Amino acid sequence: MTSDSSLAIELIDIWKRFPGVIANAGATLSVKKGTIHAVLGENGAGKSTLMNILSGVYRPDEGQVRINGNQHWFHSPSDALTSGIGMVHQEFRLVPSFTVAENVVLGASEKIIRRSLIEKEVEQIAQQFGLAIDPTRPVWQLSMGERQRVEILKTLWRKAQILILDEPTAVLTPAEADELGNVLRRMAEDGRTVVFISHKLHEVTAFCDEATVLRGGKTVASSLKVEEVNESDLAGLMVGSSPVISERPPHQEPGEAMLTIEELGTLDDRFLPAVKNLDLTVKSGEIVGIAGVSGNGQREMAQAIAGLRPITSGKITISGKDLTNAPPSERFTAGLGYVPEDRLGIGLAPRLTVIENAILRCYRNLRKSIFLVSEQAVNYCKEIIDRFGVRTGPIDDPIAGLSGGNLQRLLVGRELSGNPKVVLAAQPTRGLDVQGVKAIQDLLIAERAEGVAVLLISEDLDELLTLSDRLLVMHEGEIVKEFDPTTAHRHEIGAAMAGKRDES
Amino acid sequence: MNEASMIGMLSTTVSFGALLYLACIGELISEKAGVLNLGVEGMMALGAVTGFLVALNTENPWLALLVAMIVTAAFALIHGVFSVVLGAEQVVSGLSLTFLGLGLSAFFGKSAVGNPPGAILANVDWGPLSDIPWAGPILFQQSPMVYFALLVGLLTSFLLTRTSIGLALRGAGESASTVDTAGHSVVKIRLAAVATGGALAGAAGSYLTLSLTTSWQDGATAGRGWIAVALVIFGAWKPGRAAIGALLFGGLLALKTRLQTFGVDFSPILLSMIPYLLTIGVLLAISIRARHRPSASPAEIGQVYRREER
Repeated sequence: MTSDSSLAIELIDIWKRFPGVIANAGATLSVKKGTIHAVLGENGAGKSTLMNILSGVYRPDEGQVRINGNQHWFHSPSDALTSGIGMVHQEFRLVPSFTVAENVVLGASEKIIRRSLIEKEVEQIAQQFGLAIDPTRPVWQLSMGERQRVEILKTLWRKAQILILDEPTAVLTPAEADELGNVLRRMAEDGRTVVFISHKLHEVTAFCDEATVLRGGKTVASSLKVEEVNESDLAGLMVGSSPVISERPPHQEPGEAMLTIEELGTLDDRFLPAVKNLDLTVKSGEIVGIAGVSGNGQREMAQAIAGLRPITSGKITISGKDLTNAPPSERFTAGLGYVPEDRLGIGLAPRLTVIENAILRCYRNLRKSIFLVSEQAVNYCKEIIDRFGVRTGPIDDPIAGLSGGNLQRLLVGRELSGNPKVVLAAQPTRGLDVQGVKAIQDLLIAERAEGVAVLLISEDLDELLTLSDRLLVMHEGEIVKEFDPTTAHRHEIGAAMAGKRDES
Repeated sequence: MNEASMIGMLSTTVSFGALLYLACIGELISEKAGVLNLGVEGMMALGAVTGFLVALNTENPWLALLVAMIVTAAFALIHGVFSVVLGAEQVVSGLSLTFLGLGLSAFFGKSAVGNPPGAILANVDWGPLSDIPWAGPILFQQSPMVYFALLVGLLTSFLLTRTSIGLALRGAGESASTVDTAGHSVVKIRLAAVATGGALAGAAGSYLTLSLTTSWQDGATAGRGWIAVALVIFGAWKPGRAAIGALLFGGLLALKTRLQTFGVDFSPILLSMIPYLLTIGVLLAISIRARHRPSASPAEIGQVYRREER
């Protein structure tokens, strides 16, 4: 096979099988030197697996990896690094208690470490590419955006010529994402090659030169010039048909107040105030959207409402019942369905089976004296699977093998099958593929139609504008402004997200 | 209490302190790499009996020390293989090591009970230094193992903070996947740390039989391995702080054996509880402080690391 000398990366006919899943089924990828190349695909399309093969984390079952025309077999990530391939994973690989500099030189060859020297060198590389960071700070003090810069610095320190970023903007604010785009552009101009995994189409068209689209583990479109395609073409390739986004539900008069929050105050993980004097009411048959840059107290507010975080002040009532000090189970029985943003952390238990996860909330109703009636549990679980379209393997297998979208359907299904009066959904569609997003959005709309009060916390403004009856903007733990989603302007909402209030 | 008995007690404090410190540094290295080894008591007992038996047969105390360290390092690797390679629960595997070590040492040591030592590690002669009042007998009339312990502490401190090996070792205990991605083998680092920990526990054990008691009897370690484990926590996983703790706990051990001679009416049983009470106090202080910053304990201690998990 001849190879083109302008290509930095060639992945040819890559196959990778995991127990029960074929992640890559003959995927290919060609990336030109000095370009930013997007790898697009829905969840489960095999993007991450393919990139993990390129960066030496996994070994392919079949297929070739060629770097600068030479075939390579990587046995470990450090093998790949030696060949100049660095990867920034979605979950950062950083040691929180180490300083920035220590994290960067971890894995360096020098036996003795001179602190001041490495700090200076790290600083230099950071400046060269416009990455603002203090090398002496411990990583646990840094924001997500700063941590990502440390990850990029690590690859630059190891002189990587090829940089792979796995959904890098998922943890960034829009401003940080733009800044990242500039850094990547500088690296490409410096002759480095950047592979950018994403499913945010506007970022692909904004940052990237070329795009490769994966679907079902196969490459469906290879090295498309980004200038020559538009976002809906790309979306069409990703799903194989035109993307369907939920439509704005018809207007309906909301009923009486279901969820009332008065003067709520709570602290964050560092014991600093996260939510301050927050008042909020959600009525029956209404979706109230909460917009805001992440880290402005949304997560803490949701946890306080769900009973997972102690509150410092305020009162929480659900359909007239005071639940301020009630444990989470009592809130569930009182009619609160909670879809947490951290699905596998607190929403579902990865090592438990599908059945066990399905009945976690209501196993008390499925028992005879102290024994669980397995027949009832199985039926209950099957009902959720059928009603919410969860695609699973055997239901007595652990849920760890399920895709993100199916995990979320199972979780949402469990929370909705208790016939809640109030649904608290935090980032319910984040990280899902287009069909998954629509399915979850439609479920929320259906709940609204049935008179459920929905509090929707999201970072996706389009989602909020489509679904919400009222849109509240949260900033530094307070509601700074309320909008009517049918008339609101995006830039006004953006200004409120940055802290601009009504009065000023 | 006269001057002579005061000096005697302080001298014993340093001896016992060094014993605890050696085992503690071994455990600290292991824990820093992410492996909790609750087998210190057993490793120490096995080191004690091995050292004593080899000295009995070869009359060479240094060879005895070396063999004891190698044997306990290999013994510790049982825990290493089970917990690091095979992914067994570290607490269970470590505890088994304690019981196995105590059993083996009792079995092999049976013939040696009551024997006089074949050879001992004689105190180092520092010449005129040992004649200095107070400091001489306390600091300069000690077994070579006391100075060895000091050296080990300094080297470990340097290794952990100033070298890339130390960085990788600490990383393995804080975030194993990070270290793996950076190109180090987590398994190798952890096994090496466990073996080093075993060797140092063995050194502490043979110090006991070759310098301090100069005899072997069943249960000679008398729970000192457990104090060493507590000492790691007390020292907040820092060699320097652990040294202070070692002297403190060593002082309590020294006091315990001398309470009667001082004519003090205080239960030695209550006294021997003090190291653990202090350790609980430190744990409490650490967890209170951890509200605002990462805890001093290695973040992934006790966790199995597997790479290709999905």
